[in-house]
Amino acid sequence: MPPDFISNVYVFILAGFCGFELIKRVSPLLHTPLMSLTNALDAIVVVAAIIISGRHETPLTTVLGAIAIAASFSNMVGGFFITDRMLRMFKTGKAKKS
Amino acid sequence: MNLAAIQQYLDFAYVAAIVLFILSLKWLSSPRTARWGVIAGEIGAALAVGATLFNPELVQYKWIVITLIIGAAVGIPLGMVKMTAVPQRTALSHSFGAASAAMIGIAEYYAGAPHVTRFQMGEIGLEVIIGSLTFTGSLIAAGKLQEILPQRPIVYRGQNIVSLTVLGSALLLAILMVINPAQMWLFPVMVIVALIFGILLVTPIGGADMPTVISLLNSYAGFSAALLGFVLNSKVLIVAGALDGSSGFILSVIMCKAMNRSFTNVLFGAFGQVTASTKAAKEERPVRSASPEDAAGILGTAGKVVIVPGYGMAVAQAQHKVRELYDVLTKRGVDVQFAIHPVAGRMPGHMNVLLAEADVPYDHLKEMDEINGDFAQTDVALIIGANDVTNPAAKTDKSSPIYGMPVLDVEKAHTTMVIKRSMNPGFAGIDNPLYYMDNTLMLFGDAKAFVTNIVKELSNHD
Repeated sequence: MPPDFISNVYVFILAGFCGFELIKRVSPLLHTPLMSLTNALDAIVVVAAIIISGRHETPLTTVLGAIAIAASFSNMVGGFFITDRMLRMFKTGKAKKS
Repeated sequence: MNLAAIQQYLDFAYVAAIVLFILSLKWLSSPRTARWGVIAGEIGAALAVGATLFNPELVQYKWIVITLIIGAAVGIPLGMVKMTAVPQRTALSHSFGAASAAMIGIAEYYAGAPHVTRFQMGEIGLEVIIGSLTFTGSLIAAGKLQEILPQRPIVYRGQNIVSLTVLGSALLLAILMVINPAQMWLFPVMVIVALIFGILLVTPIGGADMPTVISLLNSYAGFSAALLGFVLNSKVLIVAGALDGSSGFILSVIMCKAMNRSFTNVLFGAFGQVTASTKAAKEERPVRSASPEDAAGILGTAGKVVIVPGYGMAVAQAQHKVRELYDVLTKRGVDVQFAIHPVAGRMPGHMNVLLAEADVPYDHLKEMDEINGDFAQTDVALIIGANDVTNPAAKTDKSSPIYGMPVLDVEKAHTTMVIKRSMNPGFAGIDNPLYYMDNTLMLFGDAKAFVTNIVKELSNHD
């Protein structure tokens, strides 16, 4: 077992609980933007893809990493973009008149 | 600066990114602060990506820059799709996310193979299996939502046995690899089997179950990223993956509760097909139908109207006309609210986004629990393209396949109007006794055309 495994388990469990408490509070009104936002946050795997591809170990790992960069970065850009677009549309009755 | 010092700065950037991600979700809890949430998420992501580019392990930047540009070029149009296409866009982005997690796992295996420890092999195996099945599963879901693939459930005899056997083989291959991680030829076989399982998993699931399936795939995509964090010993991935995974998981639980079904029932139940045969035996019963003029007359003199939108409204692209109806009624002093069932549409929150796009103020969009008590004081409940979520049989008829599902109490309104193309039962093939009730008026026609006519009629009498 790698030495960091247990500390990673701690992090995972705490983050999971944290996520659970945060997401429980999100109004059902915003469940669609919630999904696109978490999608964009999840696209942080692009960080791992950059390292795998940039280490340039074998042609296979470089190419797989490069494809992963494109796939996850498109999620990041598109996810934030569409979430903001959706949230901009949510207006109250008062805001609409002004 | 030495390498360890640089690494430390990078870690600080990742910690800051995680804090911003958590704040991002916190601010999303209310529409008032939600846009701050996006900004926090963007800063966090930019910080993490920017810092990574300074990682001293990187020796070649050409492909990184090219693929980042490609990613942005693909991502921007995917962020600009129409609101009616958001469910399929979301499914597609789950497949992208899962694919990249799987590919990084695969690359990590080949970077180390054949000198991979058994423990690492177990982590990589599990991560790659979940990532791969989520990739193909989400692609199938996106195909169904885009109607490239048929939306109805595709089932055959012995399906569940075949699917479970395929999943079992993928897991067995992973176990064989843990026993001896140097068997490099087994790895691609395992990936292919997992990809096939993803296809088998989602193909039998019908369109009406898509809200649950999308949420479940969201959860898988998140957890595959978290597992990847374990493989790479990257805490930022573990946290982001756990947040995304728990989000998808909570949404799937909410969707399942809203349909009174279990996960296994959604994944292995093939809902529509089983019940479709029960409708044929039903005899013809009389219904009352009305013209747009009649409907406009009743709506125009009502005090309180509740509109119940469903997937049919999205299909007919009627949301903007519905907003016009809302405007013209509000101008006459009618109190108009919208009743949103959790599984209305094809993904969680789908109806809210469509109506918000059409400029309906969000304080008029009410959740089921919030509005169900109001129907008794409602003059008209107007149902547009929703069916099962308004079916009173779910409360009374124990033999109904949807018995126990929480539904909107539309039949308690003084008058219930249903805009529907014909008397054909809805997607799940379940007859709706609401249509035969004495206070129900059936408005036969295309949702968009019918609402347009009602609006025209109401405006003429102003």
